[in-house]
Amino acid sequence: MKRKTYFTLAIAISMSVMTPSFADPVSDNETVRTYFADIFPELALESYVDGAYAIDKNGRDQWLQIEEFPPYDDAIDNGEELFDIAFANGKSYASCFDNEGIAIKQNYPYFDTEKNQVVTLELAINECRIKNGEQPLAYGKGPLAYLSAYMASTSRGELINVIVPDNAGAQAAYEEGKKFFYARRGQLNMACATCHMASAGKRLRADILSPALGHVSHFPAFRAKWDDVGTIQRRYAGCNMQIRSKPFKLQSEQYRNLEYFHTYMSNGLPLNGPGTRK
Amino acid sequence: MKVKAKVKNDKVKVKLLVKHPMDTGLQKDKNSGDLIPVKYIHELSCVHDGKTVFLASFGRAVSKDPYLAFSFSGGKKGDTLSLKWVDSMGDTEEFEAVIK
Amino acid sequence: MLENRRKILKRIVEATAVIGAVLIMPKLAFAKWSKAFDADTTEAAMTGLFNNTETIASDKVFLKVPEIAENGAVVPVNVKTDIENVKSISVVAFKNPQPLACSFTIPEGTDSDVSIRIRLFETMDVQAIVETHDGKLFSVQKEVKVTIGGCGG
Repeated sequence: MKRKTYFTLAIAISMSVMTPSFADPVSDNETVRTYFADIFPELALESYVDGAYAIDKNGRDQWLQIEEFPPYDDAIDNGEELFDIAFANGKSYASCFDNEGIAIKQNYPYFDTEKNQVVTLELAINECRIKNGEQPLAYGKGPLAYLSAYMASTSRGELINVIVPDNAGAQAAYEEGKKFFYARRGQLNMACATCHMASAGKRLRADILSPALGHVSHFPAFRAKWDDVGTIQRRYAGCNMQIRSKPFKLQSEQYRNLEYFHTYMSNGLPLNGPGTRK
Repeated sequence: MKVKAKVKNDKVKVKLLVKHPMDTGLQKDKNSGDLIPVKYIHELSCVHDGKTVFLASFGRAVSKDPYLAFSFSGGKKGDTLSLKWVDSMGDTEEFEAVIK
Repeated sequence: MLENRRKILKRIVEATAVIGAVLIMPKLAFAKWSKAFDADTTEAAMTGLFNNTETIASDKVFLKVPEIAENGAVVPVNVKTDIENVKSISVVAFKNPQPLACSFTIPEGTDSDVSIRIRLFETMDVQAIVETHDGKLFSVQKEVKVTIGGCGG
């Protein structure tokens, strides 16, 4: 079946049940994985976490060379230092998280049924700070990104395990995220799916478009463009700006729901962040 | 400076990364708008057992945080490598690494 | 007036002393860095570095560069050669504002196999030059495409 036809059909099927509270994440994932297996028959499921470097040999070679001295190493070290500093009240980040915050990123985002909202790792870090009388950190880059980078590094190899419980709020949040992913926006009138589903593996000028499957695994990421480590939502904002769509605030409900859906899509894949990208 | 020096097949394989902005003089400071003055490493040397085993001379085309990889024979595990760079402003750094 | 003249003379003497000191500063053994690296033409750079602008194309010089640069500011380059009696290995980036990118002295006992990362301002040919002790220059060159990305997707 032609790629575009299959894609349209797949979306039509998955969007056909429009009742917000009914979500079927499991079959969404099946649809997506079948779709990509069709386009990249040689690609093993775990390889998707390497993004465009799983598909593009030219980029992969250069990436492996750069990884000899990973550009995110400083961010991990900074993050670890920050993580180990106690708050003014004597408590530490470790006290806010399961397993003292080590090897837990695979469980994020999760849906907080009490507060009725999606909680990302970055949101949880700031909630920890606020709970302990500290000022929240700016999202996207800097100390918060470094903390996230450290926590991601301790979680390497863990299999992504986002849960969408049988709860109306959670299902609605997942569906909102999914709608965002597939909805066209901005002056260029493109959806996340336009590039990362329909055109995955194809070129956008000199760039190879990465498949949405495996996208989140290597975040926060050191991007050559930023010359720094940044979070996935920093990338969402950037992507939105690039299609001339006004970006949402980092950790807004829209981006948290998107991250919830986007991460669920990669359930079962191993975390490999922080990573290095263009 | 980060250095990896390993013995492999009778040779010492060295990989290193120097932290240095390698300013070309073409970039502007984001805040002030002024051009950032030229400052880049001119030379980097590696000495083992009193002998210079490698000498690199750089132009402005060398990337920020210069990376180098080279190999030489005659070194063994536990030996010390002395690395040194000098830049266009006369700043310098010396670093010792142990061969593993 | 006399006061001013004395001051001026003093300044001249001081300046000369500084210039003199710079001129007689001891040079590193093997010192290679020279104005050739600031030269803005390939001919000037090669004259400055080798006193020779003629290179001999050789299939014994191996240059590894990417076909398309992921990041024009960080392009990995590897040069190696089978040629014997190597004195130095250099890399030229023809369309860069200063074409001479780097030059490596290869002492006896060091492999003729070097890796570095360089900046390329646009699509251009990159050339590796192997200098032998008898003054010959062997070279190979390859094109590296440096493009505007799409979105960094």
